Amino acid sequence: MKDNNVLEAKNLVAGYTDLDILNGVSIELKEDEIVSIIGPNGAGKSTLLKSIFGILKPRKGKVIFKNEDITGLKPNKIVKKGMSYVPQDKNTFPSLSVRENLEMGAFIKEDGTKEKINEILTKFPDLKEKENQKVSKLSGGQRQMVAMGRAMMLDPDALLLDEPSAGLAPNLVDEVFQKIEKINKTGTPILVVEQNARKILSISERGYVLEMGENRLEGKGKELLNNEEVEKLYLGG
Amino acid sequence: MIQQLIFGIVTGSIIALGAIGLSMIYDILDLVNFAHGDFMTLGAYLTFLFNVSLNLNLILAAALGIILTGVISLILDKIMWKKLRDKGAGSITLLITAIGLALVIRNLIVFQWGGSNVGFDLPLSQNLNFHGIMISTSGVLTVVVAALLMIALDLILRKTKIGKAMRALSDNKNLARITGINVDNIILWTWGIGTSFAAVGGVLYGLNTVIRPDMGWFLLLPIFAAVILGGIGNPYGAMVGGLIIGISQEMSTIILPSSYKIAVSFVILILVMLIKPEGIFGEK
Repeated sequence: MKDNNVLEAKNLVAGYTDLDILNGVSIELKEDEIVSIIGPNGAGKSTLLKSIFGILKPRKGKVIFKNEDITGLKPNKIVKKGMSYVPQDKNTFPSLSVRENLEMGAFIKEDGTKEKINEILTKFPDLKEKENQKVSKLSGGQRQMVAMGRAMMLDPDALLLDEPSAGLAPNLVDEVFQKIEKINKTGTPILVVEQNARKILSISERGYVLEMGENRLEGKGKELLNNEEVEKLYLGG
Repeated sequence: MIQQLIFGIVTGSIIALGAIGLSMIYDILDLVNFAHGDFMTLGAYLTFLFNVSLNLNLILAAALGIILTGVISLILDKIMWKKLRDKGAGSITLLITAIGLALVIRNLIVFQWGGSNVGFDLPLSQNLNFHGIMISTSGVLTVVVAALLMIALDLILRKTKIGKAMRALSDNKNLARITGINVDNIILWTWGIGTSFAAVGGVLYGLNTVIRPDMGWFLLLPIFAAVILGGIGNPYGAMVGGLIIGISQEMSTIILPSSYKIAVSFVILILVMLIKPEGIFGEK
């Protein structure tokens, strides 16, 4: 009997040119989980998300999503399977309004877009006030909310977030993390790459530590938080 | 003076119709479409074919000629541009392909219809005369048609899903792709709209003057100036830029010999490059 994995990467090998950044990474994301991926710069965290989402074509290994092999599919196909991805930067359409950004998130859907937009705007009250403003006029935190809102437009079965707190002021970081928890509570499994290891581990069921493109450690979020090695390496002692 | 202004608005409307498509195609496909002017010519000649050779009424002939030009651009995307995109062709490759395509279209036109001027089968109409200011019926028609098309484009860009996706694509292509926007489909819409607008411009040019195989090529130069003046990739900028270039060209004939008209758009182009290279509406 299969466990309740939504998403699974098995021994992924991937990279940009001749150089492999991932040298066989395996991760699992189960229903209702937040799973974090931490590790030093260059460990291959973002590359892992890109390989799962088809932006990079894995050289070896498999990506299984909802019991289906999606290895090597292009991102536009993977979206249709029900996975959403929020890149680290340039993750909004700046000259479009908040509402239009959300609308683009549901591009592949025929109808029900309006209702969904209103639902998302209720979840992100800050955005509600600015729904007709251009995203380029918004603050960094609000832009991140727009990006996550856009990704939620399709009610994805798995959400991939690449460093959602990057470049945000500390008070906004907390807000973004709260939103991540809130989105997860409504039943969306989330795989998140973060620099801010302490914060993300504290809200994650499980976490993986990557190093040099390989799995270094894995465990429950709380355990990793208290792990001496993790503490020494990534949590700043 | 008012007479020149009116000529300028008519010329400017034609330039703007060409500039809109050139700007959108550049923005969404990263393609400097040197064949854009020749699509204007093609639109005029196909209309001529339906109107004069096949004896259809001019409005029906223009509709057919314009739609057919648009369809040809869609076919070219399917058989040529898409393949180049998928191979990851760089902007220089695309540029040279476009120049080649321009030459092919122009020479096919010469081959089919010869190199000399032709004209539509027009009912004779008198110029309208307002207290000594002359304006031709075709001039009025040009400005009205161009204005209606620009309003239509504005509505498409702001109100329709396709139009919003075009703007999204021009903002951030990678994000558009990972959001699930059907990029190839939006590109086809861009070709369809851009090229048929160019064809309308070509037909209107033919109505106001004559049709000749190099008309589009010569229109392309002020069109480039209009696109850069308005801010590359901004269709609204292209509209305004087109009008400014058209009006400046015609107004210049008050003080300069009319053969310097084209030079005027280049002077404007150079000034924009020096003073505000991002164009009047450019944000980048």
